[in-house]
Amino acid sequence: MSRPTENTVGMVGLFDDPDALIRAAERVRDEGFTRWDCHTPFPVHGLDRAMGLKSSPVPTLALAAGFVGLLTAVALTGGLNVIDYPIRIAGKPIFSWQAFVPIYFELFVLFAALTLMASLFLFCGLGRWHSPLHDSDIMKHVTGHRFAIVLEATDRCYSEQNVRALLEETGCRDVRPLVEFEEEDSGIL
Amino acid sequence: MTANSTALAPASLFVGDVTLKGLEDDIYRPLESFPTTRWWLAISFTGALASIFALCAGITVTQGIGTWGNNNPVGWGWAIVNFVFWVGIGHAGTLISAILFLFRQRWRTGIARFAEAMTVFAVICAMQFPLFHTGRPWLAMFWLIPYPNDQGIYQNFRSPLEWDVFAVSTYGLVSLMFWYTGLIPDLATARDRAKHQFRKFVYGVLSLGWKGSNRAWSHYEKAYLLFAGLSTPLVLSVHSIVSFDFAVSVIPGWHTTIFPPYFVAGAIFSGFAMVATLIIILRKMFHLQHLITDNHLELMNKIIIATSLMVGYAYAMEFFMAWYSGVAYERYVFLNRALGPYAWAYWTMAICNVLAPQLLWFKKIRRTALLMYPVVLLVNVGMWFERFVIVVTSLHRDFLPSSWDYYKPTLVDIGLFVGSIGIFLTLMLLFCRFLPTIAATELKVVLAESRSEGGHRE
Repeated sequence: MSRPTENTVGMVGLFDDPDALIRAAERVRDEGFTRWDCHTPFPVHGLDRAMGLKSSPVPTLALAAGFVGLLTAVALTGGLNVIDYPIRIAGKPIFSWQAFVPIYFELFVLFAALTLMASLFLFCGLGRWHSPLHDSDIMKHVTGHRFAIVLEATDRCYSEQNVRALLEETGCRDVRPLVEFEEEDSGIL
Repeated sequence: MTANSTALAPASLFVGDVTLKGLEDDIYRPLESFPTTRWWLAISFTGALASIFALCAGITVTQGIGTWGNNNPVGWGWAIVNFVFWVGIGHAGTLISAILFLFRQRWRTGIARFAEAMTVFAVICAMQFPLFHTGRPWLAMFWLIPYPNDQGIYQNFRSPLEWDVFAVSTYGLVSLMFWYTGLIPDLATARDRAKHQFRKFVYGVLSLGWKGSNRAWSHYEKAYLLFAGLSTPLVLSVHSIVSFDFAVSVIPGWHTTIFPPYFVAGAIFSGFAMVATLIIILRKMFHLQHLITDNHLELMNKIIIATSLMVGYAYAMEFFMAWYSGVAYERYVFLNRALGPYAWAYWTMAICNVLAPQLLWFKKIRRTALLMYPVVLLVNVGMWFERFVIVVTSLHRDFLPSSWDYYKPTLVDIGLFVGSIGIFLTLMLLFCRFLPTIAATELKVVLAESRSEGGHRE
């Protein structure tokens, strides 16, 4: 095994108080940073606005998927019980949509819910296990009871002194560089 | 949320001085310590019960469903009774996690995770019965789910039984996803608290790389709210559709329009009784009395008594409608229910579901775990009997007196039901040991808001 190399990929400011985090986020937003994020143990009210986040597209997607589910149900019930193999039961009309309402409803809900779950994977980065935050013990604080602001080094506003000064100005007393460990290619394969 | 509700609600949700750190330690302690002897004893017992299910399911599959007690005229026996019973148990979980969430009932936070887990496990138990009643469960998929096939034979989508397939499978899946979504941040906490490498790996995989990023939280909160929004009509639809199994038929005693609301109220009633039954043991076992407080018990008891009154009203209304309809068969079924050979089951049901819960009018009983415990146990029993009464008394004396019979379950029937209780309790015990039983993340919000005076920002 070769020695891992250390890359500084950003700067982390840790706060003990969500209000201080919100104030810091507002500053960072106003400075024009784009590649940054806040990490919190629970959703903090007002932070979306402080970070300048747009509202989530998840509801629209779920609604659209719901209607796709509804159409699927109409096609499924109508296609099979009305067109492909019509069954007349109790003298009712062949296409009695009322009898299919439970299927319509259930597939609406099912499709919408599956889309919600899929959109969590898509938008929240679920299923992506690798992050320098995990390697560098920052997550220990964040999932416990502290609040972090992370500025990535790839941001065009980023420079080490600037960012450190900015975070300290907002009252952060625990500023740490974010380090990524990279295994060097051992050259066997 | 208004400033008013934050000022009022959190005061009663904790006992004593609870800190963020202490809260987390208390919730995660069962995950991070070696199981106690009591836990091993409990799971050996429930595991033994669960193996009875395996045995009886084996008998059913190898010898056929003739090993069950149902026969003409009672074509639907314990299997459907157990199915409806378990689906009903699940409903309280969704009510607590979804409906109370939409109504911003902060007290739900302490018990929601536990109740949701109960929902998922109860639906698993419920599904066993329709599955095994097909005789060859490994082929059931082809009979229940429309799949493209060359024979051109498809399910009848006008049948309530096919509605059930869609309703229950959707309900099971959505409950599972809702539950898991709620678990993700808590699993991430478990991952970061883990000392042991293996534990860190397992919770790391399960938490799907959650980083608590606010960009993620912003989508997550929307999705969670929508899950609640979808689950609310879903839970009402599921037991309505289950009740259609009966109501859509033309059997006197089943063919009534009151069934959907009556079944939903009964489901919530039995579900809350089951939550109370298990959570009292849980909080004692893991010393969580300061997080699941007597106030929580009292609120649950209030819902139990409210739904008990609804169920009682439905019992009375069924009799009234039978008399008012003027239909001789309808009248006979209900007289037979209360005075016939199954009167013992009917009155067990009435006493357990309507009379016993009246004790909960007393504040002392509502707030004392030991005093309310017999009541909720009786409700569990009573609600099983309710389904038994509906199914069996409506069938055992049909239109032709020569085919009247007295239905009795066989040992295999009893074994399957007892076994399903074993499966349910085993899953609950595993859940208590390996997953956070209280939604730590949500409770942190409640705690943080109760501590920062205003609690309300923006």
